[in-house]
Amino acid sequence: MDIIVTGLLLGGTYALIAVGLQLQYGVARIMNLANGEMLVAGAFAAFWVFTGYSLSPLWSMLFAVPLAFGLNWAIYRYLMRPLVRRASSQGQLEVDSILSTFGLAFVFVGVMIAAFGGEYFSYSYLARAFVVFGEPYGLNRVVAFVFSAGLCLALYVWISRSRAGLNIRAVAVDPSAAQLVGIDVGRLSAFAFALGGAIAAAGGTSLSMFLTFDASVGIIFTMKALVIVIMGGVAEVRGAILAAFVLGLAETAVASLIDPGLTLAAAYLLFMLVLLFRPQGIFGRRTS
Amino acid sequence: MKRRNFLSATATAMAAGLIGLSAAQAADTIKIGAVAPKTGPLAAGAAITHWPNIKLWVTEVNERGGLKLKSGLAKIELIEYDDRTSPGETIKAVQRLATQDKVDFILAPYGTGFNLASAALYARYGYPQITSTSITDKIEEVSKRYPGIFFTLGSTTAFVEGVVDVLKELNSAGKIGKKIAMVNVGDAFGIELANAARPIFQKAGFEIVYDKSYPLGTQDLSPVIKGAKDSNPDAFVAWSYPPDTFGLTEQARIQNFDTKVFYTAVATAFPAFGGKFGTAAEGILGAGGINPDTPEMQAYVAAHTKVNGKAPDAWASPVVYATYQILEQAIEAVGSKDRKAVTKYIHNNTFNTVIGPVTFKQQTNEAFWTVGQWQGGKYYGVKSTGRPGAKPVQLKTGW
Repeated sequence: MDIIVTGLLLGGTYALIAVGLQLQYGVARIMNLANGEMLVAGAFAAFWVFTGYSLSPLWSMLFAVPLAFGLNWAIYRYLMRPLVRRASSQGQLEVDSILSTFGLAFVFVGVMIAAFGGEYFSYSYLARAFVVFGEPYGLNRVVAFVFSAGLCLALYVWISRSRAGLNIRAVAVDPSAAQLVGIDVGRLSAFAFALGGAIAAAGGTSLSMFLTFDASVGIIFTMKALVIVIMGGVAEVRGAILAAFVLGLAETAVASLIDPGLTLAAAYLLFMLVLLFRPQGIFGRRTS
Repeated sequence: MKRRNFLSATATAMAAGLIGLSAAQAADTIKIGAVAPKTGPLAAGAAITHWPNIKLWVTEVNERGGLKLKSGLAKIELIEYDDRTSPGETIKAVQRLATQDKVDFILAPYGTGFNLASAALYARYGYPQITSTSITDKIEEVSKRYPGIFFTLGSTTAFVEGVVDVLKELNSAGKIGKKIAMVNVGDAFGIELANAARPIFQKAGFEIVYDKSYPLGTQDLSPVIKGAKDSNPDAFVAWSYPPDTFGLTEQARIQNFDTKVFYTAVATAFPAFGGKFGTAAEGILGAGGINPDTPEMQAYVAAHTKVNGKAPDAWASPVVYATYQILEQAIEAVGSKDRKAVTKYIHNNTFNTVIGPVTFKQQTNEAFWTVGQWQGGKYYGVKSTGRPGAKPVQLKTGW
């Protein structure tokens, strides 16, 4: 029971890390290596609001999320769209976007170091015990989980049920076919990219409540997100949510039952098995 | 037309004046090179312990007018490089500083691996390398090979022995039993400390009831604390890095891990640690320490806070600064930029620094703090290899 709860909490954390990238990679087709930096920027916003104004870090979402949305929209509109236009194939777009967002990540790191300095940042918020089934868990983790679960659920329902969600799924599966049935792929991609950035910032805000971070740590989040997105299936927007929880549960089970030293090994073993036996992702559909 | 002539004449005169001025300045500068991470995984540690001390030292020296050489005062001209936390970059930067920038002295890099990786180059170009953030058990071997390298912060084994001494004292006073839960981060320094600790703990008669490692960058450390807690130890020892030092402590507090001894290695001495945990930090032990009550240390903390806008950490920061004081005193005593003479002077003399007098025996400073503890909101050294002013160790009483 204890393992399941801890695993779910960790899965919620991973979902916050990965869902933003899923939208950017799966729908907008931009392999955004600067996604982790957006998350760290959200964490800085929370730190700033908490230490500067002694407000709940969650308040920082009020401005950090719209700001991240606008910034990412602008990034897509002015930096990524030329690449999308120029690209002759999906593969070329991936290579181009990886290179340019890799550079973008350095710019973000530089800006954050200039603004906040390069040291470790950590603060205490809701670092109290919260008892679930007789075992104590960090209240900040529980709050982040509830937020993450709410966000994922909303996204899941929106993508599964709404007309816009249907369009997004269509673009994720096949952009050129989506164009043929009258979907404005360019606009929708920009929207998905911006939404992905906004979710990453919101994720960073809630993760900062219990993780120690610094300006250079974004790449770690990007890598984790990448593993989860590929495990879940790139073209299946909802895949990342489920894959995040699978990974969280697997890592916690290994840490508790076998050895905490093997969590990374377990994560990558799982990743490798998925690549070997279901290259389209656990929840992805085989493309013809 | 006349006016234009006048203007250009003035400009020419000013330019000539500037050239004359800079030529005069050039005779009075001493070029110092620095290389350490500003980006990458170790950038955060360097931003706390390394760079602020360089800034402090250079500011102070230049405010006084410069270093006193026989030829007069020489202001420091600092050339900085970011090694992006990659030893290859450190090597390139040291080479560049030596051959292209032709600096007079190079400050030691940040981190053990980076110091060892670049030691051969410092030696080849004849630069003294007074290391600070470099802890290893290979000091003897490395010192024999490179006569210009110096160690100030201590050896891996000394840090483990400090912890064992604390535990032995508490055990023989009947305050704790013999069961230790030990965890370590699966990265260089964490692994080295854990490997050194196992035989030393066992030899001292302690029983390691929980012994696990976790990968660097683990986002949820609650299974680690849960496992340690379930093993019901008398003491908890974590050979940890900054992010996990914070993570383990927070989890221990949430799970109310009621152990009488709680030790986390790197970053326990950071002001941010005391700031984050407040009264819960009380009684937590960590690597290194200072005696915050000496006038030298108080003056250092005040100057550091003034120049950098924040207090230094209570372990490596003053040692980093002390290595610059040593370099400064050696250069001024020799009175020139003669690197050979300066290195020789460092070998044979005692230096007055913020951490007290420093003498190098076989290129090693043998008096350093190994264990510290948060007591009354301050981080005090509680165990050292010959530094005065150690406070008695207290037991951890709840969170």
